[in-house]
Amino acid sequence: MTDASLTGSTPSAGPQPQIKWGRVRQSRRVQDKILRVTATGATALSVFVLFWILGMLLWKGGQGISLDLFTKITPGPGTAGGGLLNAIVGSIVLTFLGIAIATPIGVMAGTYLAEYGRGSKLAEVVRFINDILLSAPSILIGLFVYVILVMPFRGYSGWAGSVALAIIALPVIVRTTEDMLRLVPNGLREAAAALGAPTSVVIRQVCWRAAKAGIVTGILLALARIAGETAPLLFTALNNSFWFNWNLTGGISNLPVTIYAFASAPYDNWQQLAWAGALLITGAILFLSIAARALINRK
Amino acid sequence: MVAISEQTYKNATAVTRRDNPFRFDPLFAALSKAAAITVLVLLAGIMSSMVYGGWDAFAKFGTGFFTGTQWDTMNDNYGGLPAIVGTLSTALIAMIIGVPLSIGTAIYLTQLAPGWFKGPVGTAVELLAAVPSIIYGMWGLFVFVPLFAAYFQVPVSQVVEGMPILGTILYARSPSGLGILSAGVILAFMIVPFIASLTRDMLDQIPTVLRESAYGIGCTTWEVVRHVLLPQAGVSIIGAIMLGLGRALGETMAVTFVIGNANRLSASIMDPGSTIASRIASEFNEALGMQMNALIALGCILFFVTFVVLVIARILVSRVKQY
Repeated sequence: MTDASLTGSTPSAGPQPQIKWGRVRQSRRVQDKILRVTATGATALSVFVLFWILGMLLWKGGQGISLDLFTKITPGPGTAGGGLLNAIVGSIVLTFLGIAIATPIGVMAGTYLAEYGRGSKLAEVVRFINDILLSAPSILIGLFVYVILVMPFRGYSGWAGSVALAIIALPVIVRTTEDMLRLVPNGLREAAAALGAPTSVVIRQVCWRAAKAGIVTGILLALARIAGETAPLLFTALNNSFWFNWNLTGGISNLPVTIYAFASAPYDNWQQLAWAGALLITGAILFLSIAARALINRK
Repeated sequence: MVAISEQTYKNATAVTRRDNPFRFDPLFAALSKAAAITVLVLLAGIMSSMVYGGWDAFAKFGTGFFTGTQWDTMNDNYGGLPAIVGTLSTALIAMIIGVPLSIGTAIYLTQLAPGWFKGPVGTAVELLAAVPSIIYGMWGLFVFVPLFAAYFQVPVSQVVEGMPILGTILYARSPSGLGILSAGVILAFMIVPFIASLTRDMLDQIPTVLRESAYGIGCTTWEVVRHVLLPQAGVSIIGAIMLGLGRALGETMAVTFVIGNANRLSASIMDPGSTIASRIASEFNEALGMQMNALIALGCILFFVTFVVLVIARILVSRVKQY
């Protein structure tokens, strides 16, 4: 198109250069208009869908928010009332246990990639595989944990659930830790090393400290990522309509699987609870994402 | 006397060892290396557990597992074709709808939006990526599906009924709104934020001087996008699209809500179907014996397909960093 319009603008275009020039300009302007309208429309549609989903959650879930939600456990089939206390507590336990497993491994692996493995083949492979793991389907991670932790021990458990969540959180933490450590200027490392500090002390006292906000952001993002994961919990932590064991064996009640089970159930109070739970979980995740963003932008 | 001097000697060495600031170094390096290797072990573990768990089904049905259309739990006869076709067709529909939307959004965010507007809109698009898939599923089932059935399926089915090809592909026998096409549309909305934010970052990395010189010779925005930006970012945008494809292939909860979970192969995209992920999610907990093996075997197929897609995606995306 550019070629045509350029030749169109040369004076040698013929006896009526004015008309030809005008026609070319017209078609270019129409093309440009089409791009502007479709691009703006596409963005408007995406933003509209976000507000549609949030509006629906607020409207339908807002009606279910009450004190009972936080003080009573999930009701049995056909039982009136009830709340989500066991599911909320179970979800918090599973999520934080998952993060507690993933954080040390993730931060250490990220440290290896940024500090020790610069230019090494192993680091390159780990970085690549970590990126693959970052977008691997979460249901396959659920199947994997089922095969290694549920099948051998013959039973669903909260431990299996939190391991599955930890595997999903790990690549997020590895990736952000590495990126954030790379932002630490080399001068800091060299200055610390020149004072006689060994590598491990440089990393712990200088690099980690300098990158603290970034690493915390990564952990928050990982938390947001796993808080709403449903598929990997289906075959690992399962669900439980009662108060769970604190040794985390047997099914553990958790919000996402409860929402999944209750949303399409034929009982009105179950559906109401599912919407309220959906509102809680989305609110928590959006809050975490915005907090992570604010933390990183403050620097 | 001897005992005392030995004691003194031991104390002396202990003090020097404790004072040695380098004694943690090898341990710390080894720990971090071990953590990095854990990542590799996990992926290898996922791969081998899928092959191990699905081995019996692959051994029993052979290639018939890929081509069989039966899913018969009574006679333990399993074929994965409907789920494989469902996975590929929902992902294809998601791509057809989602890719233009994502690229349009990325172009708006980098080229058209006024400065003060970029931040909030960009954040909104990224928050769309943070919404959990089960919420998309609920939105799909309770809000989108009824509207889709009333305002799209019913009129379209009436128009195409009896037409040669369209009459097969687009005709809904029971316009409930559930089906392959609805799942594809929901998936499209789920992948837009991913592809759009990656593409936006890539377009932002293109040196401003290229864009400005194109505007300087009188190009319109369309010409700058078409002849300068897209060719510059080209390969990595394809990488971003492949990442979105990887996500669409393995998406579970949203699809399980809206696809209808039918175990048959249908010629119409308006009819209920199933994907590999939705089949696993809805059947796994009641599955025993060979059915469980067959489900893990389906998971194995999904793993290798997404693995290949993601490897290509990462190679293409990483190219952008090199120039």
